[in-house]
Amino acid sequence: MAEFFTQTGLGMGLLLVGQVLLLVVPLLLALAFLMYADRKIWAAVMMRRGPNVVGVFGLLQSFADFLKYIVKEVVVPAGADRAVFFLAPMISFVMAMIAWAVIPFNDGWVLADINVAILYVFAISSLEVYGVIMGGWASNSKYPFLGSLRSAAQMISYEVSIGLIIIGVIISTGSMNFGAIVEAQEGAGGILHWYFLPHFPMLILFFVSALAETNRPPFDLPEAESELVAGYQVEYSSTPFLLFMIGELVAVVLMCALVSLLFLGGWLSPVAFLPDGFFWMFIKMLFVFFMFSMVKAITPRYRYDQLMRLGWKVFLPFSLFWVVFVAFAAKFEWFWGIYARWPM
Amino acid sequence: MSQTDFSRKAGYFLLTDYAKAFMLGMRYFFAPKATLNYPHEKGPLSPRFRGEHALRRYPNGEERCIACKLCEAVCPAQAITIDAEPRDDGSRRTTRYDIDMTKCIYCGFCQEACPVDAIVEGPNFEFSTETREELYYDKDKLLDNGARWEAEIARNLEMDAPYR
Repeated sequence: MAEFFTQTGLGMGLLLVGQVLLLVVPLLLALAFLMYADRKIWAAVMMRRGPNVVGVFGLLQSFADFLKYIVKEVVVPAGADRAVFFLAPMISFVMAMIAWAVIPFNDGWVLADINVAILYVFAISSLEVYGVIMGGWASNSKYPFLGSLRSAAQMISYEVSIGLIIIGVIISTGSMNFGAIVEAQEGAGGILHWYFLPHFPMLILFFVSALAETNRPPFDLPEAESELVAGYQVEYSSTPFLLFMIGELVAVVLMCALVSLLFLGGWLSPVAFLPDGFFWMFIKMLFVFFMFSMVKAITPRYRYDQLMRLGWKVFLPFSLFWVVFVAFAAKFEWFWGIYARWPM
Repeated sequence: MSQTDFSRKAGYFLLTDYAKAFMLGMRYFFAPKATLNYPHEKGPLSPRFRGEHALRRYPNGEERCIACKLCEAVCPAQAITIDAEPRDDGSRRTTRYDIDMTKCIYCGFCQEACPVDAIVEGPNFEFSTETREELYYDKDKLLDNGARWEAEIARNLEMDAPYR
C-alpha cells in the first residue's frame, strides 16, 4: 500500500491531492470563522454587537453569507470584456490560495518544502495584483478602473519595501526556506530568540506594508467607499464577488502566517518548558489577525499621496538602511551575533 | 523657518498615536454594548411618543369621536378622510374615518386638535406591512387599535397631562 503512494504516478497524484485538500479545506473553514471574528472585533470596538443571529452567537453567519452569494444572479455589465471579467476573480482567488503551498504550519507540515519559499510567496503575491487590474479594466466602468489603478500602484510600492524587509531576515538566516528561518529562531531563551527582537522595527514595517499589500484599512484606497463606491469590485456580484472577497481574506491570513513565521518564531513555543507545535503557529496567526482587525477599527483611511509618501519616502529608505545595517551586523557579529544565525 | 517640533516627530515615528488609539479601542472593546438586541430588547419610549394611530372609546363603550373634522382640517399631509351623518339616536357620529398611513407624517396635530381625545397616536411603532393597501387604515382598524392599546394610551395621556 505504501508502495502505491510512493512509486506509482497515480498514487503520488492521489497523495498530493489529499494533501492539498487537507490544507485547503481547513483553511477555507477557518476563513469563514475569521471573517466572522473580523466583523465581531470591528463591532466590539464600535460598541456594537456584530452578527449574532445565525447560529449560536452568530457563528454560522459566514456560511449564510456564502449561500447568499452563490445563489444570487451574476450580473455582467453590458460593455464588459466577459472573458477577462470572469478571469479576474479566479486569478485573485487562485493566486491567494497557491501561495499557501510553501507555508509550513509545523516542523515538516508543508506541501512544497522548496529552498526559495519566500521568493515564491512574493512572486505569487505580486501576481495577485493582476486580478485587481483585470477586474477593474474588464468592468468597463469608471470607479473600478480608478480603483484598480490605485491598487496596482499601491501594491507595487509596498512590495518593494516588503522585499527589502525580508532581505534582512534572509541575511540573518542564510536561507529562504521557511523551515530554516523558523529553526534559526530556536534557542534556549524561547521568545527572546525570535526575530522580532533584533528586527523589531522591521516587524512594524512589515505589518504596515502587509496592510497596504492586502488593501486593508487604513490603506483600503482601492475600495474607498466614500470616493470609489467599492473600487474594482463595483461591477461584481454573486460568486465572482465572493471569489474576490475570499482571495482578499486569504491574502490577509497569508500575511498573518508570514509575520508569524518571519518574526514571531512560527511553531516555536515562547517558553522552553512547553513543547513546540502547530498550536503556537495557530495562536500567533490569530494574534496577528486580531491586530489586523484592530487596525481596521481604529485608523482612518490614508490619503493617496500620504500612502505613497509613506511607502517611498519613509519605508523604502528605512528598510534599505536596515538591510545594510543587518548585513554589517551579521558579517562582523555585532550584538553578540544575534544577527548572524547561519548554520555553522 | 518654523522650528521643528522634535517631540512630535519622535511621536510620529514611534507610532504613539496608534498605540493610544489601540488602548482606546481596547477600552471600547470591553465596554458594554450600546446596541439593543432589538426584537428581544427595546428602548424606553416617552409618553409623548407619536406612533400608530388609534381611535378611543369611553369606558362605557361609546366611541369618543364626534366627527367635528378638526383633525381632518389640521392634517398637513391630508391623510385623514372623514364622512359623518347623524346616528339613529340623533347623535353625530362618523360613518367613515380613514387614515392613509403612507401619507401621515406623525406630526401629532390630529391628537392636539381633537377636543375629546378620540384620535391619539399610541406607543406602537411596529406596524409594518407587506402591502401598501394594508396601510390604508379604516375606522374599524383604528377602533381596534384603540381597544388593543387603551391601557398604554390612557397611562401616557395621564403622565403627559400636567404639561399640556
